[in-house]
Amino acid sequence: MAKVKVEVPVLTGSTVFPVMKEGATSGIKSHLAKEKDMVALGFPGALLPDWKERAVERMAELLKKYKSLQVYLDICVKCGSCTDKCQFYLGTKDPRNMPVARQELLRKVYRRYLTVSGKVLGPLVDAEDLTMETLDEWHTYFYQCSECRRCSVYCPYGIDTAEITMAAREILDAIGYGQKYITEIIHKVYTIGNNLGMPGPAIQSTLDFIVEDIKDTTGAEVELPMDVVGADVLLVTPSADFFASPHVESLAGYAKVFKQAGLSWTLSSHASEAGNFGMFIGNFEVMRNVAKRIREGIEIIKPKRLVHGECGHAWRIAYSFWNTLIGPFDSLDPNYPAPQHICEFTHDLIKRGALKLDKTANDDFVVTFHDSCNVARGARMGNMKGGQFVIPREIIKATCNKFVDMAPNTIHEHTFCCGGGGGILTDELIDVRIKGAMPRMNAYKAIKDSHGANFFALICAICKAQMTKVFPYYGYEMEEVGGVHQLVNRAIVMGGKEGI
Amino acid sequence: MPSMEFKGKTYEVDEDGYLLNLDEWNEEVAGYIAEQEEVEMTEAHWEVVNFLREYYAEYKIAPMIKILVKALGQKLGPEKGNTKYLYELYPAGPAKQACKIAGLPKPTGCV
Repeated sequence: MAKVKVEVPVLTGSTVFPVMKEGATSGIKSHLAKEKDMVALGFPGALLPDWKERAVERMAELLKKYKSLQVYLDICVKCGSCTDKCQFYLGTKDPRNMPVARQELLRKVYRRYLTVSGKVLGPLVDAEDLTMETLDEWHTYFYQCSECRRCSVYCPYGIDTAEITMAAREILDAIGYGQKYITEIIHKVYTIGNNLGMPGPAIQSTLDFIVEDIKDTTGAEVELPMDVVGADVLLVTPSADFFASPHVESLAGYAKVFKQAGLSWTLSSHASEAGNFGMFIGNFEVMRNVAKRIREGIEIIKPKRLVHGECGHAWRIAYSFWNTLIGPFDSLDPNYPAPQHICEFTHDLIKRGALKLDKTANDDFVVTFHDSCNVARGARMGNMKGGQFVIPREIIKATCNKFVDMAPNTIHEHTFCCGGGGGILTDELIDVRIKGAMPRMNAYKAIKDSHGANFFALICAICKAQMTKVFPYYGYEMEEVGGVHQLVNRAIVMGGKEGI
Repeated sequence: MPSMEFKGKTYEVDEDGYLLNLDEWNEEVAGYIAEQEEVEMTEAHWEVVNFLREYYAEYKIAPMIKILVKALGQKLGPEKGNTKYLYELYPAGPAKQACKIAGLPKPTGCV
């Protein structure tokens, strides 16, 4: 209940390798999962009496299931390339947040129980017993990682470090030692259908309000249809789009684009969540259970096309995993990507000249674009390499006169995480989140100082929530953060052109 | 399980101090939580709390901020129907801090 103390780094415009501060964030811990949430997800409700044996067993099972994990645990040579690539180390200065050191928490236990040399030689080969202290370190530091995979870009062996965090979290869940934020949210998806726990009538009343609000404030008449069986397009978007600011401004943007495209479209009260926190805990069954609602949504609505809203990790799942989890999408029109990102959809219309956009509507802004990690490093858009970098920027440039990119080592696949991804967007971790955002904030400050940037555009619900929260700590206005389709919403001239 | 003591009664709360049993809420308890949050309750603060509770009773979730802002504007006059004013009332965030005082669960998700 005590107020969480926060310490805000001073921005200088460039991020340098910090002097280590041993244990700097060792006391910042996620809340432990609640029994009811753990049980609902199929995990033990509390720490098992034989947790040690079970943890080793689970690790062995995962190694058998995922050959990649075995390779990642074996091949690290501790070269140190990753050490200064993690925003959490750069921001917190805690050496345990160096990716190699974080992974070592798991590797030392792996060596001790599952390698011959570790069983025989123990500490001589950096193998260590699994103790309650280690377990608490796992729970602390594997939840100070956002699974953003920036360090993986720089790893000469290509180790996917997020897979290691996911494995550690999966082991923690298997022994009844989960994290509250993620498990509570997945439980809400199981029972109500979306991360926020918004029942259908609440979504409907909110959509009605937004339609009225758009009409009152802009005069535009748009629709936000829900559960329209037989609509051409089913839009699956994060539930934050129905609830939070600035997320909802992008929802208004999608509605205007669909209207101008002249397509019938709908949301689904059943498939009312694009997000899938199952990925954050690395559990395939949970991830499939969450994704199943999308499959069922398609069966209910029977659309021709499946379009996906602005949500980063969800797009990675949709683009990279949906086909395995809930595919194939044989009932959809094969002439379109399934799923298709809303940015691909809008970009396509812009290229065809089907949208009239008034760039001067965004003349107040000097816009920059934050590549969200799961889109940048875990997915793609369009049919060209790097489309996920090009397409959102092309949309932005079509909606405003002033666009500038942040420093090259902080964008595209080198992008810094917002500091809130991967299941750590929770209040008790606010200090780590603020510090984790520091490298991104420094890049923003630099472009603000040199080019006057004042609008931080992005396509991820978590990034939007994290940055609107973090910006004020650094002395910036939360209104500087907004979606790409928020810019579209402002620039689009309704009735200008119609049809595809 | 964390708890909160107030006037000789024990209230179950979550780790962040949100009441777990929503029907234990009353205005006195709200006032006490507000004190802990260093929020001085004025008529405008109560308007927010009352609206949140009415909305929650109907929809089982707190309203979107825009809906709250509009309702506030209708009750207190258009000059107060904006997000900035709402943050002046509840600096730690209207959704989270005001929900806490209103005895509602914390909205969680990508918010």
